[in-house]
Formats: sequence, C-alpha cells, structure tokens
Amino acid sequence: MVKTLLFPVTSVMGWLFRLIISAFDLIMQPLQNRLGVKGMAYVFIMPNLVIFGIFIILPMLLNFYYAFTGGTQLFLENRPFVGLDNLTTLFTCGNFLDPNSCREDLFWRAVMNTGGYVLAQVTLLVLFSLVTALALNRNIRGRGFFRSVFFYPVLLSPVVVALIWRWILQQDGLLNGIIVALGGERVPFLLSAGWGQAWVVIISVWAQMGFFTLILLAGLQAIPSEFYEAANIDGASAWQSFWGITLPLLMPTMFVVLVLSLIRAVQVFDQVFSFTGGGPGTATVYMVQYVYTTGFANQTKEYGLAAAASLVMALFLLVLTAIQLRLGRRSEIT
Amino acid sequence: MATVLRFLTLTRGKRALNTSDWLTYAYLLLGTCLMFGPVIWLILSSFKTPAELVRFPPRLLPYQQETIVVPGFDDPLALYDVPMPDGSTRRLAQVRRIGIEAQMIDPADPETIIPVNINARSPVEMIYFDFSNYTDGVQRFNFWTYLGNSLIVTIAATFLTLFFNSMAAFALSKYQFRGRDTVLFVTIGTLLVPLSVILIPIFLVITEIGWNNNLLGVIVPGAATPTGVFLLRQYMLTIPDELIESARIDGASEWRIYLQIILPLSLPALAVLTIFSVMWRWNDFLWPLVVLSRSELFTLQVGLNSFKGDLQVQWNLILAMTVLTLLPITLVFAVLQRYITTGIATTGMK
Repeated sequence: MVKTLLFPVTSVMGWLFRLIISAFDLIMQPLQNRLGVKGMAYVFIMPNLVIFGIFIILPMLLNFYYAFTGGTQLFLENRPFVGLDNLTTLFTCGNFLDPNSCREDLFWRAVMNTGGYVLAQVTLLVLFSLVTALALNRNIRGRGFFRSVFFYPVLLSPVVVALIWRWILQQDGLLNGIIVALGGERVPFLLSAGWGQAWVVIISVWAQMGFFTLILLAGLQAIPSEFYEAANIDGASAWQSFWGITLPLLMPTMFVVLVLSLIRAVQVFDQVFSFTGGGPGTATVYMVQYVYTTGFANQTKEYGLAAAASLVMALFLLVLTAIQLRLGRRSEIT
Repeated sequence: MATVLRFLTLTRGKRALNTSDWLTYAYLLLGTCLMFGPVIWLILSSFKTPAELVRFPPRLLPYQQETIVVPGFDDPLALYDVPMPDGSTRRLAQVRRIGIEAQMIDPADPETIIPVNINARSPVEMIYFDFSNYTDGVQRFNFWTYLGNSLIVTIAATFLTLFFNSMAAFALSKYQFRGRDTVLFVTIGTLLVPLSVILIPIFLVITEIGWNNNLLGVIVPGAATPTGVFLLRQYMLTIPDELIESARIDGASEWRIYLQIILPLSLPALAVLTIFSVMWRWNDFLWPLVVLSRSELFTLQVGLNSFKGDLQVQWNLILAMTVLTLLPITLVFAVLQRYITTGIATTGMK
C-alpha cells in the first residue's frame, strides 16, 4: 500500500533527477575519453570528497591547531601560538573531584554533569527500548501502529521537544495540575537543579527510545523461532528462554545500540540547550554547551579554550569507542 | 459475561489473552499515552485564549466565556450564571465591575441593573477553538519567511545529498582504485566526530568562504553525509557486476551506467536516504544557529528558538508556532510511517 503511495513521489523525483543529470552527459563523455573507465571513479567521488574535506576534515585539523593558540581573534594569522596553555588552563585543579577548586570550574562542572547524564540516560534508554521492543515482538494486534507511536517523537526537532516539555513542566503546567488534583503540592520542576537534571534525562529518553526500539526489534525478529519452539518442548519457562536465548542472541544488536547511544549521550546539546539553556544555574551545562558558550556565546570569545575542550572531548569519545569495539570483538569470539 | 470477555479477547491465533498479553497491551497503551499525550496537550493548548492558558489547574479543552450583544451597549457583554435570593439561577450579562460588586442586567430587560457579589456569579462557558493564536503568531513570527528558508534548505540539501552520496557510493562499491579503502575508512570514521565538537573551525571555514548569513552555508556543508554514503554503498554492493560489464560491452559510458542502471536499481535505498535527509535538514538546529545570524534567513527551528527567547512573546503564540513547525514532518510521517519504520529497522541507521 505505502509503496504504491510512494511510487509517484519517487518516480517524479527520479525523473527530475535524471533530467537534470542528463545535462551532465556533455561534460562526462569527454572526461571519460581522457581519464579512461577507471579514472571515472575519481570523478564520481570528487564532489562528495571535496565537501567532506572542506567542511569536516579541514575543520578537524584546524581545531587541533586552534587548541594551541590564544587570543580572541577568529582568524588564525592573528592568533599567537601558546603551546599547551589552553590545556593547562583546563586542567588546573586543586582537587579534580571539586569543580570549585578548578580554574575553569565550568568545564569540570560540565564534565561531571555529562558523566551523570550519560550514565542515567544510557541505562534508562537501553532498558526502556528493550522492554518496548520485547512487547512489540509479541504476537499482538496493531503492531505497526504501536511501532509508529513509539517512533513518532524521534521525528520531532530538539527545539520542538524542548518547548513541548517546558509547557508541560512549567509552574502552572499540566503536570503540576495533575499533582494538585491528586492532592499534592506544586513542584518547581524547572527551577530546581535536581529536577532539571532528571527531566533532561527523561525527555531525551522520551525523544530517542523509538529509534533504538526499532533497531532492537529488528534484532529480535532475526532470532529464528525454532529456538523458542525447541526450548518450549524442553519445558523452559518464558523467563528461561529470555535469559537463555533472547538475550545472548540479541547481544550484537545490543552492542550497536550501546555504542550509538553512548556516543550520542556524550554529545548531548541542542535539546538541552533549548530546554533549560544550561540552568538552573549550571546544573545542565554539558560538555558541548561548554564549547559553545566559551567559543560563541560569551562576550569574550575564547576560541582556543573551546577548541582545547573539544579536543579533550574528541579524545574521550575515541577512547570510549575503542574500548567498546575491543569489548565487542571479545564478546563475538566467546 | 465471561464468554463475552473471552470472545472479545480472542487473538488471531483463536487463543484467549493470557496475563502477559494483558500486560503487553497495558504497557503499549500507557506508552501510547506518554508518547502522544504531550503533543496532543500542545495542540489543545495552542487553541486556548491567553486568559485560559494562565488558568490553574489547567483544563483539557479550550473554553471561552460566552458573550451576548445587548442593544444599547457597544461591546458584547460577558454572560454569568447568578443564583438569586429565591433559590433560582438566572443568566445575566455583566455591564461593569466596581470593586467586589458586579453590575449585571438581564439581556431581556437591559434597563434594570442588578448588583451581584463577584464571588457569587459563575461564568457561562463554551468549548471554543481560538485560531487567533495562529493568525497573530504567523504575523509576529515571520512564519512564511522561516518556512520558505526551511523548505529551500531541506529540498536543496536533500537533492545534493542524494546526488553526491550516490555518486560516491557508486565509486566506492563498483570500482577498484587507489585510496578507495582509505576514503571508506575516513568516511565511516567521521561518524564518530560530532559536528558540535568542531564548531569553531567550521565557523572559520564558512567565514573564509563568505557563506556567513547565506543559506548556501547551511545547504552545502551537510550534503556529504557519511551515513548516506555508507547506506548506499552497502545497497549497491548487492547489484551484480555483470549488469555493469554487459552495459560497458554495449558501449554505455560510465556516466550512463550510473544514471540508467545504478540509480534506478538503488531506488529503495535512495528513498530511505531521502526520508533521513528531509528529517535531518528540517530539524537541523545547531548548524543554522551558527551560520545564520540575520533573522530574515532563519530556518523554522532557529526562528522558533529565538522566538521563545524573546520575553515580549506570549506562550499562546509560541504554542501555535510550535504546532506549525511540527506539522509538516508529522504529515510526512503519517503518510510514510510504515516505510520509515521498516526502512530504519533494516538499515539500522539514523
């Protein structure tokens, strides 16, 4: 049904696409005559590679250099080389467990906030996605509908998600209305640091779980049903089948989910930025927001410091992913 | 009764529902409420009048006080139910309020003023969907400008992405050339590096090119998505090489092979990438936030965020504009949802 619905869209787009591209014949034929069949591979990959090089690879290299320069000028020729100064500034701490003793206390607050967020968010995200995927994997009516329902928030933009929840959580909002109706007291959800941090986690789980549910569901459906039938004949309980069959066979998919959700959790930014703006106080300032405020939003734009912080973050992500890949490979062997 | 219940709970396998089935449905229904509830609450709220919005505790549906036009009064008068000393209740219109006393009249008899304590009367209300939030909001918010920018960015970037990514994927899947594996490795490797981490140098590069405050600065840089290249390459690997060989023997140019063999055969993967790309671009926030600082170039997302930050702006307008911003992507999803969910499940990508 949907394929037939989609057909006009794809065919019109394909037709337009081809019409425009046919014009390229005039350029491509002489090119092939000069470069030969194999040389055309370079022609095909060039546009993608040029954009990629200019807007991703080059900035990555520049970022590395920025981290070792000082001053407040944007252009590199006006920035003095300061060596490790920026990194030293970041890592000057009386006691690494107490952000107040650090020179860049906001950075360490951001690191700690991010740590707490990542732990809570990834745990809850994986847990809820798994439960939902298991529920959707059962022989139930309206599976397609429920699958779409849980996926819907994934489509919403971070700004929209933030606004929806601000509206619900505000002092006179829906949730406080329900609490008062049940005989409770109004809770200042957006004004207390603890509640702010908790809601940031809950909202991101709400907004992302549909995506991971789909991946886990695909993994669950790839498990052959013969395994369950055999276990059933052997008299295994549902609980035993879950621990003995489902979980071990789902491990590769779980691993993908874990890697993706961890990387994404460390990179948390736009949704929270739009939701709390880092507040109350600095309770929901995370690492990317530190980079953003230090480099862009503050009156004095300390590009060097921001670049150094992003370098630290990139290194951390690299190490994290390497560890995970290592663990993943080991679990595949055993 | 038990047989009716049993009949109602029969599943496709002609088997009655057991406890875990009930639990499953309960969980899924609760989930449906939690997933859709906030959005539905947003939509209902967007039709409320400012007076209704500040009401606590809030009510589900939007209400408005009924008014009546009485001869002799220029403005419509608000209607109230007022209990009378004799125990009956009369529907009266309020003329003015002085302190705690309201001067009211019976619409049928506008000459006699009846003084009523303001705490004794209760307003007569009806369900009323107030569209003025939308009409006012569209004016205050520059909605059409932002919508236009968002559409330009989304459509142009999606075409560029499909075009460039499919060419690159073709080269990476069907040719042997020096540096192929390096390109592939670097492409996939950059999936790990968040854009947000290299914000400053990207800003520098865009400034050097002169794309600050230019929609091109939002469209072009994001076009070379590693996800798209990877997704299309994996799909193109399944296209048999013999097809390409025989086309070459028939004298087709490489460009024609890409255009007339590879692209049509990759349509399913291209469709999935189209959906992703539309979703990414429409919801993109950080990149346009950095590149665009002139408000006439804002996309919907950046515009909405700055609208929110403007203290002069009322919640009723923000809510209406939020609904308008999420509407297009919701409609696309409603039409294509099965295709989207299965597409993501099979490719495992976002």
